[in-house]
Amino acid sequence: MADTATAAPADSGETRRDFLYLAAGAMGAVGTGAVVWPLIASMSPSAEVLALASTEVDLEPIAEGQRITVTWRGNPVFIDHRTPAQISEAEGAALEDLPDPESDEARVQRPEWLILIGVCTHLGCVPLGQKTGQNRGEFGGWFCPCHGSHYDTSGRIRKGPAPTNLPVPPYEFTGDTTIVIG
Amino acid sequence: MSGFQSNNAVIKWIEHRMPIFSFIDHSVGSGYPTPRNLSYMWNFGSLAGVTLVVMIVTGIMLAMQYTAHVDYAFDSVERIMRDVNYGWLIRYIHMNGASFFFIVVYIHIFRGLYYGSYKAPRELLWMLGVVILLLMMATAFMGYVLPWGQMSFWGAKVITNLFSAIPIFGEDIVVWLWGGFSVDNATLNRFYALHYLMPFIIVAVVVLHLWALHQFGSNNPIGIDAKGPQDKIPFHPYYTVKDAFGLGVFFVFFAAVVFYIPNYMGHPDNYIPANPLSTPAHIVPEWYFLPFYAILRAIPDKLMGVIAMFASIGILFILPWLDRSPVRSGRFRPLFRIFFILLMIDCVVLGFAGAKPPEGLWLIAGQLATAYYFIHFLVILPLLSVFETPRPLPTSIGEPVLKGGGSMAGAPAKPMEKA
Ligand code: HEM
Ligand code: FES
Repeated sequence: MADTATAAPADSGETRRDFLYLAAGAMGAVGTGAVVWPLIASMSPSAEVLALASTEVDLEPIAEGQRITVTWRGNPVFIDHRTPAQISEAEGAALEDLPDPESDEARVQRPEWLILIGVCTHLGCVPLGQKTGQNRGEFGGWFCPCHGSHYDTSGRIRKGPAPTNLPVPPYEFTGDTTIVIG
Repeated sequence: MSGFQSNNAVIKWIEHRMPIFSFIDHSVGSGYPTPRNLSYMWNFGSLAGVTLVVMIVTGIMLAMQYTAHVDYAFDSVERIMRDVNYGWLIRYIHMNGASFFFIVVYIHIFRGLYYGSYKAPRELLWMLGVVILLLMMATAFMGYVLPWGQMSFWGAKVITNLFSAIPIFGEDIVVWLWGGFSVDNATLNRFYALHYLMPFIIVAVVVLHLWALHQFGSNNPIGIDAKGPQDKIPFHPYYTVKDAFGLGVFFVFFAAVVFYIPNYMGHPDNYIPANPLSTPAHIVPEWYFLPFYAILRAIPDKLMGVIAMFASIGILFILPWLDRSPVRSGRFRPLFRIFFILLMIDCVVLGFAGAKPPEGLWLIAGQLATAYYFIHFLVILPLLSVFETPRPLPTSIGEPVLKGGGSMAGAPAKPMEKA
């Protein structure tokens, strides 16, 4: 068969057929990729999921020392009206003791309001500590019962398998006692 | 090989155009020579096959009644239980069928481990089996999410979050898997689609598994190759009837659980509708995942825990190259036998450790058992292949029975002409 093809210039080692193989193969790969990509992308969050409105929360009724849970993008968000004792404990922790060092100041906009995504950074359980009487772990913050992660009063991981601190969602104070999350 | 013969005109007409009858005969019929000494341990392959069919049939019936939507899934399953004719039966068969599927497959795997069925020339057969195990696990995991109870939801959340341990891309991969920012409707829908699809992929891999099996035929309890026709008997009727008998016994146990203790192996929390804001105090996976869950939790580092868990199955892929002993069957390996029993105990300990909260003694037991699991495969087996002196092997499969006092009752009137 090969000898029926038009030969490439005699001095080059390549044939015209080699080039055609390569070009056709590359075209096939690009084409396959172009078809597979939309299929994979269709599994990513869709527009209406991304558009899920931000959540507005009125902080007025939350007494000092009280914690409430709201939902944002399907996940629980912890709002903690911290007591001065909790704040000073969070600010006092030595950064070198933290598995994921972050100062308390960097995690709050106003020290008395700690806003966190209430999803354990280990494997996604909701840590305990929101309700009175629940186990708050060894550092007085939250305790994840699934595999035993302890978070402190700044929501930072202190002990257990979780690798990082509870994340702080994007939020903004729109008034003295209202925030918008998202 | 006795060629397939038929006098039926229709069969002959079809056979000439598509030799399906001789194919069946060579696969599971009188044209398939099989070692004469297979024990009941060799029943579990066919049991697994039947269970797969049971799962597919009941699954399709359930799919006709089930609604894959976060607002309706739980209620649609309750409706199956209360209002659909025999819905309770179909669901209990499907639910417990998953457990029995794993019981059967785990016995099947330990059979292979003991009799060295993973050794040459059956490495590929063994590896295809491990692929089936992985597919089964994925299928069962996604099926368990469908009723959308508390354990469904939190199991899905924890297991999908395993992928967030992947460096750099982890978080993005998880969002992609979920189709959102948490386990939600998009997740339930895709799990349903995949739960429907994957059993059929399992069927395809089972076909490959059997193809590889039929290349050299079954291993056997003494692990030596057949030396001639006197070592083999036709699959049909000898093993068709033995498999059928085993199936009857299996169904007795299966029915006892389905009818008398259908929720024994399940978790009561899965009868509570999923609540994304509250994690049950103690989440546990289904029993068949417990040993792997224990390995995951034994290591206090997220990424390493996930790696260890996957490695515990991955290691089975390279097992044929870890155990270099030329003797297949554990019957002739005095030391291997002891370590095999220790491995079984180890897996049971892992199972218990996976069921308990990860603290105190059980955490330590889980950690020791995890370490031993890997030591067994990575250290003990390679060393045994060098240092163990196996007992002498019989010269043939037929020898132990044929030599000492005449023919075995029921032994083939007409041995296979050719092995
Ligand atoms: C490898 C085979 C299969 C396994 C191991 C398996 C496993 C499971 C499990 C563990 C559940 C949860 C049962 C419960 O707690 O209620 C489930 C549910 C379900 N499965 Fe399967 N399944 C298999 C095949 C199939 C197939 C082939 C279909 C459909 C064609 C199917 C359709 C369903 C449906 C609709 C449900 C939800 C109803 C329910 O929860 O009872 N399954 N499956
Ligand atoms: S999910 Fe919180 S410790 Fe594992």
